[in-house]
Amino acid sequence: MNSRRLANVLYLGVKELRSLRRDPLMLFFIVFSFSIAIYSAASVSMELNKAPVAVIDEDRSQLSAAITGALLPPHFKVSMLADMAAADAGMDRGRLTFVLDIPSGFQRDMLAGRQPAIQLNVDATQTSQAFLGASYIQSIVAGEVAHFLDTRSAVAAPEVKLALRMRFNPNLSSKWFSAVMELINNITMLAIILTGAAVIREREHGTIEHLLSMPLSPAQIMAAKVWANGLVVLAAAAVSLNLVVRGLLDVPVAGSVPLFLLGTLLHLFAVTSMGIFLGTVARSMPQLALLVMLVVLPLEVLSGGMTPRESMPEIVRQIMLLAPTTHFVSFAQAILYRGAGLDVVWPQFLAIVAIGGALFAAALARFRRTIADVQT
Amino acid sequence: MSGSPAPVARLVSVTHRYGGTRALDGVSLDLPAGCMAGCIGPDGVGKSTLLGLIAGARAMQSGTIEVLGGDMADRRHRDAVCPRIAYMPQGLGRNLYATLSVYENVDFFGRLFGHGREEREWRIRELLASTGLAPFTDRAAGKLSGGMKQKLGLCCALIHDPDLLILDEPTTGVDPLSRRQFWQLIARIRARRPGMSVMVATAYMEEAEQFDWLVAMNAGKVLATGNAQALKAQAGSENLEQAFVALLPDERRGEHRALVIPPHQPRDGEMAIEAEELTRRFGDFTAVDRVSFRIARGEIFGFVGSNGCGKTTTMKMLTGLLPPSEGTARLFGRTVAAKDVDTRRRVGYMSQGFSLYSELTVRQNLELHARLFHVPAPEVPVRIDEMLRRFGIAHAADLLPDALPLGMRQRLSLAVAVIHRPEMLILDEPTSGVDPVARDAFWELMIGLSRRDGVTIFISTHFMNEAQRCDRISLMHAGRVLATGEPAALAGARGAATLEDAFISYLEEAEAGVADAAGADLPSASRAGTDAARRATGTFSLRRLASYAHRETLELLRDPIRLAFALLGTALLMVILGYGISMDVENLPYAVLDRDGTPASRDYALNLSGSRYFVEHPPLQDHAELDRRMRTGELSLAVEIPPGFGRDLKRGRGTEIGVWVDGAMPFRGETVAGYFQGMHYNYMAELVGRETGAVSATEAARVEVRYRYNPDVRSINAMVPAVIPILLMLIPAMLTALGVVREKELGSIVNFYVTPVTRIEFLLGKQLPYVVLGMINFFILAALAVTAFGVPHKGSFAALTLAALLYVIVSTGFGLLMSAFAQTQIAALFGTAIATMLPAVQFSGLIHPVSSLEGIAAVFGNFFPTGYFLIVSRGTFSKALGFGDLGYYFWALAAFVPVLTVLSLVFLRKQGR
Repeated sequence: MNSRRLANVLYLGVKELRSLRRDPLMLFFIVFSFSIAIYSAASVSMELNKAPVAVIDEDRSQLSAAITGALLPPHFKVSMLADMAAADAGMDRGRLTFVLDIPSGFQRDMLAGRQPAIQLNVDATQTSQAFLGASYIQSIVAGEVAHFLDTRSAVAAPEVKLALRMRFNPNLSSKWFSAVMELINNITMLAIILTGAAVIREREHGTIEHLLSMPLSPAQIMAAKVWANGLVVLAAAAVSLNLVVRGLLDVPVAGSVPLFLLGTLLHLFAVTSMGIFLGTVARSMPQLALLVMLVVLPLEVLSGGMTPRESMPEIVRQIMLLAPTTHFVSFAQAILYRGAGLDVVWPQFLAIVAIGGALFAAALARFRRTIADVQT
Repeated sequence: MSGSPAPVARLVSVTHRYGGTRALDGVSLDLPAGCMAGCIGPDGVGKSTLLGLIAGARAMQSGTIEVLGGDMADRRHRDAVCPRIAYMPQGLGRNLYATLSVYENVDFFGRLFGHGREEREWRIRELLASTGLAPFTDRAAGKLSGGMKQKLGLCCALIHDPDLLILDEPTTGVDPLSRRQFWQLIARIRARRPGMSVMVATAYMEEAEQFDWLVAMNAGKVLATGNAQALKAQAGSENLEQAFVALLPDERRGEHRALVIPPHQPRDGEMAIEAEELTRRFGDFTAVDRVSFRIARGEIFGFVGSNGCGKTTTMKMLTGLLPPSEGTARLFGRTVAAKDVDTRRRVGYMSQGFSLYSELTVRQNLELHARLFHVPAPEVPVRIDEMLRRFGIAHAADLLPDALPLGMRQRLSLAVAVIHRPEMLILDEPTSGVDPVARDAFWELMIGLSRRDGVTIFISTHFMNEAQRCDRISLMHAGRVLATGEPAALAGARGAATLEDAFISYLEEAEAGVADAAGADLPSASRAGTDAARRATGTFSLRRLASYAHRETLELLRDPIRLAFALLGTALLMVILGYGISMDVENLPYAVLDRDGTPASRDYALNLSGSRYFVEHPPLQDHAELDRRMRTGELSLAVEIPPGFGRDLKRGRGTEIGVWVDGAMPFRGETVAGYFQGMHYNYMAELVGRETGAVSATEAARVEVRYRYNPDVRSINAMVPAVIPILLMLIPAMLTALGVVREKELGSIVNFYVTPVTRIEFLLGKQLPYVVLGMINFFILAALAVTAFGVPHKGSFAALTLAALLYVIVSTGFGLLMSAFAQTQIAALFGTAIATMLPAVQFSGLIHPVSSLEGIAAVFGNFFPTGYFLIVSRGTFSKALGFGDLGYYFWALAAFVPVLTVLSLVFLRKQGR
């Protein structure tokens, strides 16, 4: 009896795979999303890169030249401007993020101890660049001023050095981060769309009723969709991780890839179940299309894969603990970047299995009822 | 019919292939004008292909076809004559829009053909009255019975007074009364418009007897042409059905012999199926009303009635697919339950909607079912071969079901239902659309199953000659059983010559007093309509565009769930993204490993814990713990104060503080490092100041930071204007992404093929409603931004609105492009998701400005519209800008419009293949 059930699940799953093979455009999109999409996402640098700075040097002194010269690529892209009017236009159009205005007589006033000020205009709508860049520029100015003073008069100060080490990503290379996060996002999105659309398609074509009239249980039909579509995504993810992320992008992986893939497998159980659930909620493909957007976007944005979870409001953080992606992102970062083992990530694994079980049960509860409800 | 005018259509050596199969093989034919021409023949001989080619719905491959005096391969001629041709494709209601009402469906076609409002109204009124649909004007097309759907399809086809009416199996699946009414209607219309030519494909030979002229086809070739009399004479047969069989080539005919049905020998006792007072309601609609019957083992029991009369619902209750609202159903003495898997194993069920997987080949479909029913593995190939042979589908074993004609698909469904040798068969209209020869072959099989193996067969049909072959039948109508008994007895009870007459008599009795379904007579003379044909042609018609837009709008309004998702969903996403994406890095967990333990080291640590950026976690004891807690992700920052820190500090000796930052999320790591360094230097400067009074470098000169456009440095002020462009890309693109491909998958795309609507009208008509919806979305989002999020809008709102309009045109156009390109809904859905989400969220300046991107990301960012609108949105919201400052971005957005439209036009085809 048990082997029969398993065999049913197996054959139904093979059927799913065969359907997918018939859709060359879909296969192309899958390949695209696990290669070019990841490669291009990795080329977005999160650190300060080519931040456009304009300098209005009204002082034209040795110090002002030193400050301007210290704004180096790749962090900054410097241009010289004559006055503030030109700078305003540049900032309005979003071409300049920073304008550094060094007043005339700056060096002289400083040496005279009058504590003059340099004005730094920041386009605060350029969120990440604005804050990071402003603090960079401030410390560059402070450094140049100190250096300038140092060479003139020695002020003794106790030297407490900072031995700053970046762990898990010593050069803070953002492609390490972006590549893996895009991989994770695409795993989730593809799994949800594949299974959700598979359910809707069977409903629209009437084949699901046919399946239900056979000696098959809804659980078997669902399990087949879970394993078959999950397998496709898992295979795509494994290939992409090895060839694109580790190969082409040369991102080192600290931990165990098999452990990550095991976790991915659990995650896929949860998100394919979610896809089936959405497939029972939506009544047609156009409804599913919107529903997918409404679900996938928050799942991706609020999972901690885009901005740190600590910055989110407490309530959002609590709610997102119910989302599989939160745990997926969390263990993926732990395993791939920090080299964590099963001893560290088991709570996330457990949470994902629990969430997946709940989603599967919810989909199962709706499955037969919603399909019977559709009067053709 | 007097004289012989020029043929309405002339075909010369027309050949048409689907993949490797030849549907038409060198067909040459002259179709006489002004008469009722019929096309008869088994399924898969190319009837539908022939009709589709004549209608211009399919692109020609080879040969020439002249219709109404011109070459159909010539696009100009096709455009010119298509308003004079009406085409009703095969399948019940395939070209109708299920959510639109009867009136709206006809109205849509009227608009397409350019009728004015007044003209449309009287035409529709007249058509609906004459077809008996007038009482159902407001009912949704999807809720009509099969016969009514076909009448509605006819109304849609006739609204523009065509000169050539092409009907592909219009009465298949329709009850005999409706069928009779349908032909009466056609006769009346022809009487009114004597010049009209009609071309019909049909599976009913008794119907074909009535036609003026016939073409008999087999295997893509013409067998014979002429009127029914001539064909019968040629074959020396009494009726057309026999004549057709006689005309077949020998190898086909060889399979056929007269059907002999041995009488059913009732075995004692057990009932196979028992239904008691079965009732099923959908809302306030009673689909099945107190139906009772008992079927003995080995009996062939027929359910006779039109589509939509409740046969299918009853069968679904028997198979456990639908729970009955009232009453009970028992199979083999066991009450039907959804979970009863064992009983289902003993049953073979064939549902009406060809429950086949169109993505699997014929062989794969058979294999799947054999395995699901656990046919022993070694026997699977044997059974598959047996089925392929028995049902005559061996030559199609490796084709996809969609490449097969209707009748072959149904034979395959039947093969699939019996592959596991069930004890009972429940067959829902297994033979509709199957030709006479194959139907007899199929009955032979069923008789064998019933009489030899004792298999119980419960079959529904609308063929009266099939009903005659059943041991007993129930006549069903409108959810109720009108009569049950042996076919001969039922006919006898009514004193009718045939079972069909008896059924019609029962139907008329049942319908008496309901409504005069036959409908009013047509007015003797038609009102003079403007010449629709001439007016409807032309390169571009705003009216046709509007008719598509109108229909799309109606469909949108009929789906309140989707509408709600589209409007409330975007608002919800805005709240989630607006609050959720925050670049403020705060609450960073850190811990200190204090190996000094002096007041100085504690003071240093205290300085950290006072920061609003950092949250202190329990102190560390050693390096191993530091390593472990950072690895779990608990700590973003670990600080080690070396032994002797206080002493060294006091003596002015150099010392070093160890700092570890979690760099897994680089931008957070960088921020953490920045914060920490700032705090460290401030602390040291303060320390120096406290002890020496000297002025440090940081105090010698200051940097005054002015955060412009967002002086409070609220993350939300920067995020919200950037979230609007993202949502106005994702949602409108998703709304239009299925627009075209869905019509392709469900079949209504045919209307686009055969009506005078042009590609640009079709596309823009589909786009327009979603542009409006997108703009409503825009106003909702803008209002939310200002009110709920408190982000002031400082610049020109008119500029923002205009940019939004351009942008929404672009995003809906993007979805349509995807839709025109894709062949399946799932590919369009995933493709749109992947192609909009990544560039909109990552490459358009939400977090990182487009100008700072490099490589492939910069390419995507510059060639994706979101970045341009984002600059306008931030510019008008935060920077108080207007048209003058942002001109370039308007042009950039506008440039996307023609590019996307042209690409969509390239991928959209005006004819099927």
